[in-house]
Amino acid sequence: MNDFDSALRQAVGSLPAHAPPSAGRTLTERAVADGLLDVAYASVDSPLGPLVVATTPRGLIRVAYTEPGSQEEVLTELAARVSPRVLEAPALLDEPRRELDEYFAGHRTQFDLPIDWSSLRGFTLKVLRETARIDFGELRSYADVASAAGSPRAVRAAGNALGANPMPVVVPCHRVVRTGGALGGYTGGLERKEFLLRLEGALL
Amino acid sequence: MSVRLPPFQSLLDAHRSDVYRFCVAMVGAVDADDCFQETWIAALRAYPRLRQADNLRAWLFRIAQNKAIDAHRARSRRPVPVESVPESAASPAAGGAENSRPELWARVRELPPKQRTAVFCREVLGMPYSELALLLDCSEDAARRSVHEGLKKLRKEYAK
Repeated sequence: MNDFDSALRQAVGSLPAHAPPSAGRTLTERAVADGLLDVAYASVDSPLGPLVVATTPRGLIRVAYTEPGSQEEVLTELAARVSPRVLEAPALLDEPRRELDEYFAGHRTQFDLPIDWSSLRGFTLKVLRETARIDFGELRSYADVASAAGSPRAVRAAGNALGANPMPVVVPCHRVVRTGGALGGYTGGLERKEFLLRLEGALL
Repeated sequence: MSVRLPPFQSLLDAHRSDVYRFCVAMVGAVDADDCFQETWIAALRAYPRLRQADNLRAWLFRIAQNKAIDAHRARSRRPVPVESVPESAASPAAGGAENSRPELWARVRELPPKQRTAVFCREVLGMPYSELALLLDCSEDAARRSVHEGLKKLRKEYAK
């Protein structure tokens, strides 16, 4: 009897402790081929700290500054807003990653990435689409953006929409500042806004 | 209102190794990769339709169990798989050397499906009976019996 118990323990111990990295290597490819990968994401290093970048089959859906532990929140939000079929798949984010690297290195002044706008609605969508048209190194005021989005008086609402920008850097909400020239706010913190505007030569 | 399902990646991170071990135990090392991949693809396919986010592990292992059963069927249609050579081939007579005994998981594979899963989940994962009952879609008592019956048969086989 004891004999059996030790054989059982041995059998349990003989199982691999971890799945080898090769297991499921083709999982992502298979998921893509079967149309099951709704949101692919990857971590990207930047001068502003680690970013998480996510894409759907239609295009870029999220860029987020992350602090240790906050990546999970970003992914949880994507699971709720877009689809719970969220998988880490760096190979599917080569292009956004390359363009971001080039931008931060000062070699790129506009992003050529398709953007998935489908999870955005109403005034927020209008404001962010207008913001996406502001050129590298240019500044606009919140009032400018509100007007361009068709509601000149909705300055505060425009500010809120920009604050909820799910694709900072690529949709350049950092180029929108207060009318008097004060920087206004930024989701990633004002230091990051300053950094980006300096990078673009819009701020000395 | 729809449920708040965690991102699928966190399910994969949390259970990847246990699912792989389940596949190795249930279908053997050679077919484990296939079983592993089929399990995760089936889970990913069904995931957004889940109505509740509790007991994700039980849900996942039920899928794994079904994929292991599929693999068994596929294997039984293939000619002469080495691992299911009859027990008597490995004679326990020679001084009772541990290494000459047929691998215990090969014997587990000969149990009825519910008992196989029950023995694995209990002995390897330490899964509570309440969760095992959900996985096997039976009462807690029946889950307990599945473990007990499975172990009893293995013990008897082993004593031969």
